[in-house]
Amino acid sequence: MNYIFYFLIAASIIYAILTGNTEELSNGMFEGANIAVKIAFSLIGIMAFWLGIMRVAEKSGMVKSVAKLLSPVMRILFKDIPKDNPANANIALSFTANALGLTNAATPIGLKVMQELQEINTEKQSASNAMCMFLGMNTAGFQIIPATVIAVLAGCGAKNPTDIILPTLIVTTTAFIIAIITAKIFEQNWTRQSSGGNENAE
Amino acid sequence: MLNKISTLILPILILTILTWGILKKQPVYEQFIDGAKDGFTVSIKIIPYLVAIIFAITLFRTSGLLEFITAPIASITANIGLPLDVLPVVLTRPLSGSAALGLFSDLASRLNPDSYTVKLAAIIIGSSETTFYVLSVYFGSIGITKFRYALLTGLIADAAGIITAVAVARYFFN
Repeated sequence: MNYIFYFLIAASIIYAILTGNTEELSNGMFEGANIAVKIAFSLIGIMAFWLGIMRVAEKSGMVKSVAKLLSPVMRILFKDIPKDNPANANIALSFTANALGLTNAATPIGLKVMQELQEINTEKQSASNAMCMFLGMNTAGFQIIPATVIAVLAGCGAKNPTDIILPTLIVTTTAFIIAIITAKIFEQNWTRQSSGGNENAE
Repeated sequence: MLNKISTLILPILILTILTWGILKKQPVYEQFIDGAKDGFTVSIKIIPYLVAIIFAITLFRTSGLLEFITAPIASITANIGLPLDVLPVVLTRPLSGSAALGLFSDLASRLNPDSYTVKLAAIIIGSSETTFYVLSVYFGSIGITKFRYALLTGLIADAAGIITAVAVARYFFN
């Protein structure tokens, strides 16, 4: 991450200086920082709401019941998570929300999962196998209806904007499966100590 | 049909959770408040991570470097069915959701919205996530700085998605 962060910034600034594009660059520079704070603030209300609802589900034992139901699948995908940990149910919930395109619900639930995974993480600075698997699956962006894209297509006058649903589903499923397989392969071959070649990817 | 289901699922989920709590004689109101208190802390905690990633990506875009990189790659990828117009969408997608959607909207309004190019771009946007953004926010919220193989996994899945998207789009829309 250090190298990616540095490369993006250094290369952009050098390129802008060489091409004389510094005016646009300095305008864009702090706009990004503002956007970040706006995003975080817009999250507060939704986060509070979902964490409130999730707390009720947890205390009443509902999360545990769902977790028990799903434990066979979870055992295969996330072998490091203890059987009755609430993370099991919340991971399932997070993917359900993502699959249905409920981004407002998916982010808070996903962040809750990360907290739960952090509690059972042995090295607090570095990502656990369960976290890598969870985020790998998450970034594959599994979604049943790509609502926003369909809306844009319809807005631009496409004759049949919904005809992308099936192709998108095929693609997103493939990416999802590839993410699971990739994470499983890395899990077995990627040591926890950040020595040697591991540093490149961090 | 499916759209109807997705608007129903949230209300039903909330109703089920609260009913379950009441039936188990739980103080649902107090529990809700207690949980909601964390919402603020979590949101505030991700700000530094968001600022870092969005700052870097905004520079990458506004400096013109993104476009500069796109041009030579496009001449190669055009041969495998990935047109020049789609490439900026592909490269922006893992970095910024709103920027990728902006590029796509521009594409759909400039070109024929029923064309292969636009449909391919739509499939790519609809089937992927903003990998860098998700990783920095999710890891940021719990203070993890060593991502290990999470980024690589996400990018491999993204690449697999793009290849599949080209194949599927060719089959459906060519």
